[in-house]
Amino acid sequence: MKRTISILVANPLSLLGVVLVATVVLSALFADFIAPFPEHRGAVVDFANFNKAPEWPYLMGTDLVGRDIFSRILYAYRISLILGVVVLAIAVPVGVTVGLVAGYFGGWTEYVLMRITDIFLSIPPLVLAMSIMGVLEPTLANGMLAVTVMWWPWYTRLVYNITRSEREEGYVLAAEVIGASPLHVIFREILPNCVPAVVTKMTLDLGFVILIASSLSFLGLGVQPPTPDLGSMVADGAKYLPDSWWLTVFPGLAILVAVFGFNLIGDALRDILGADQ
Amino acid sequence: MSRPLLDIRDLTLGFKGWTGLTEVLHGISLNIQPGERVALVGESGSGKSVTARIVLGMLQSLRSARIGGTVEFDGRNLAQMSRAERQQLRGTRISMIFQDPTSSLNPVYRIGTQFHEVLKREVPGFSYQEAMNRAAEILREVSIVDAERVLNSYPFQLSGGMNQRVMIAMALANEPDLLLADEPGTALDVTVQAQTLDLMRRLVEQHNTAVLFISHNLGVVREFADRVYVIYKGRIVEHGPTTALFDDPRHPYTRALMTAVPRLTGGGVPDIDDDASAFSAPLVDHLAGEGRP
Amino acid sequence: MMPIARLLSKRLGTSLLVLFGVSMLIFAIARIIPGDPARIALGPNATTEQVAALRAALHLDDPVWIQYGYFLGDLLRGDLGVSLYTNRPVTTDIAQFLPATLELVLVAGFMMVAIGLPLGILSARYRGGIADNIVRIVSLLGVSAPSFVWAVILMLIFAFYLPLFPVAGRISDSYSIEAVTGFLLVDTLIAGNFRAFGNAAWHIVLPAFALALSGIGQATRLTRANMVETYDRPYIEMARSYGFPARRIANRYAFKPSLIPSLTIIGLDFAAMLGNAFLVEAIFAWPGLSRYGVAVILRKDLNAIVGTVLIISATFLIVNIIVDLLIAFINPRIRLSQRSS
Repeated sequence: MKRTISILVANPLSLLGVVLVATVVLSALFADFIAPFPEHRGAVVDFANFNKAPEWPYLMGTDLVGRDIFSRILYAYRISLILGVVVLAIAVPVGVTVGLVAGYFGGWTEYVLMRITDIFLSIPPLVLAMSIMGVLEPTLANGMLAVTVMWWPWYTRLVYNITRSEREEGYVLAAEVIGASPLHVIFREILPNCVPAVVTKMTLDLGFVILIASSLSFLGLGVQPPTPDLGSMVADGAKYLPDSWWLTVFPGLAILVAVFGFNLIGDALRDILGADQ
Repeated sequence: MSRPLLDIRDLTLGFKGWTGLTEVLHGISLNIQPGERVALVGESGSGKSVTARIVLGMLQSLRSARIGGTVEFDGRNLAQMSRAERQQLRGTRISMIFQDPTSSLNPVYRIGTQFHEVLKREVPGFSYQEAMNRAAEILREVSIVDAERVLNSYPFQLSGGMNQRVMIAMALANEPDLLLADEPGTALDVTVQAQTLDLMRRLVEQHNTAVLFISHNLGVVREFADRVYVIYKGRIVEHGPTTALFDDPRHPYTRALMTAVPRLTGGGVPDIDDDASAFSAPLVDHLAGEGRP
Repeated sequence: MMPIARLLSKRLGTSLLVLFGVSMLIFAIARIIPGDPARIALGPNATTEQVAALRAALHLDDPVWIQYGYFLGDLLRGDLGVSLYTNRPVTTDIAQFLPATLELVLVAGFMMVAIGLPLGILSARYRGGIADNIVRIVSLLGVSAPSFVWAVILMLIFAFYLPLFPVAGRISDSYSIEAVTGFLLVDTLIAGNFRAFGNAAWHIVLPAFALALSGIGQATRLTRANMVETYDRPYIEMARSYGFPARRIANRYAFKPSLIPSLTIIGLDFAAMLGNAFLVEAIFAWPGLSRYGVAVILRKDLNAIVGTVLIISATFLIVNIIVDLLIAFINPRIRLSQRSS
């Protein structure tokens, strides 16, 4: 762990990733103290200052009802990160368990579980999440649900492949020969070998969950106003291009910065932990 | 004495990494006359394989590699050649045979296509059909009867022994002056290994090809080589004609290496002294005083 | 070529099974909808009788599995029902909007392969060098933003700031092209109108590139990663020891084996573009499936939602089969082995 961190900081690119992610996380945590206009996260209207290009004190300009875009981005980060953490906290245990079970037991269990996984993987991720959001009310909780439903199969696939190959390894066979229970073999012998790949994927995915969630809200199928959200900010501003460019460009770059940061760290972790895919 | 085909003098190699320079070769000297078969024997990690790769000019382009000393091929210093000139030697005047024939052939190209590429090194304009005719001819030299079928196959369709013959054929196709054989056939069954080694020996004799034979297997070396260098941790520790060296191994490491080979006649697994400090004893040269060859 | 035929029939079988599963999944999702679809469709002013009539017509009063039976029967006859939003058969709607989306996705997919693979090869061949580092950062940036953000950025730069490309649409209004395939790039050629073809091509560049960017990044990263691994294989060392030209080693001997593991994922990325196309179409006012899809989702138009998702999934499965065949074609082990697994 200590070694991992020291390598992360030694490489300029992964260091940049650490800095970007730290910035995003800290600004989400301390939005109340950093944001110049904390009250602008809600349904505030300030028509005297609407649609202003970036100028002091509006670092990134104001939106069509006069709210400070910089402040709203900070609060949007908070929601994106909560969403990402919750989605992974549900999707990863589910996906990993299904993958372990399918890979370990084989036979009919494997066939049924993997075909179900295939069904979920056969619908383009965004389309699946869209259709789930379509029939549910667009709320933050439902957004999390929709993204979770599309996310777990990817972990199943990953863990299933690792389990399948580890299953034939000497140490697993040895454990079975001395009479270890399947539960013991799955969770104490095989699972630890999946950890590097899963952790790497989770780091990358924190970024991609933010990306997909913003895509959903961009289409109007995510978090609803007045809650600040990067995707819907871009969607609302897109009609006013190119004149009011700050309405779209800053929220768009905010997504890019966050996802890029997580990707840089994920990439470095992949190199350090030697995890495949 | 004629000019050696390959003359390595005081060759050093180190790799620059995170923790500083890791030295692999500490100044080894070695030479091969035209048509002569020379073995370089040592345990894995002793620096045998990197030596062959330096001769091929393949480590010179590595940014982390630090190479000292001189390597002369046919009177020309490799370090003074351009990258393109070193590249020009490969596959034409120097060629190499690897440990595992099956994984050394590209899995997604037919043997024929790969043979074509090898032959084009010598004659760039070789057409596919001409190349196939020539390849079939060479394959028959390595006792492959159904050359057409082999050329039409992918490596995974052939046995390890068959792939090894293909490798030997490819290595000798362009009539090189020097063949580097890096533990050839170690990945094969012993009987297949013996057959292919025998074949290789016959062919290099026929074509008068010089060989640098890299191995950890003393038995094989004894049958194959005219002269032997023993390498230990990046240093040559003993050197001499095969018979002299095997009859009278003088360096402690060479002796350990020889006793380490379990005998078919029994006698148990031999004891090896754990104290390796004696292995750092100075070079024993059986030819010293008789003048360097 | 027998093994190929066997592989194809096997994959078609699994795909049909999966498509059947998708139809169940989507049907299930569509039926957990809160509220009465008939009421939503007819609006608040409809009478109770009208709502009851529509419920009967849609079999909404039957148990769910009976409803699914009706649905499946209709599906097998190629009938996806009537869209409650447009009042037209869903198949008609999809036939009208899908070609524009597919055209966009196909061009983007072409860009992904034509740009991503060579960049990956370049990066792997000069790994550790300046070119490699630049390509790595750029490709990582490519995958780090959703395509609508790239659409906005590209539009600002290449349509507004440097007015090189049009801002919106598929073709200028002055051209009227008879729809044969629905693909403008094809229809203009059928009509023999090369100026119109040029105009359509000019319109598709920016949206397709915005859509392709993350795919390009992904294809580059994959190709690089797999090639770097391949470069450590003995057969590459052998190729180098024989002095094969470095460029030939990169483009042939290292690239082809590396393509096999990359292709599956490139296929998945291509399929993901079918979804992401929705995002790009919205920015560039591209008259594809996006506006229709979002509209029917917002109106809870069941038949249209189910139909759209099914069509997209079927397209996805077809792409997957094509990718599998490509892999079999490249990998002699699959092409020639008796057991195709």
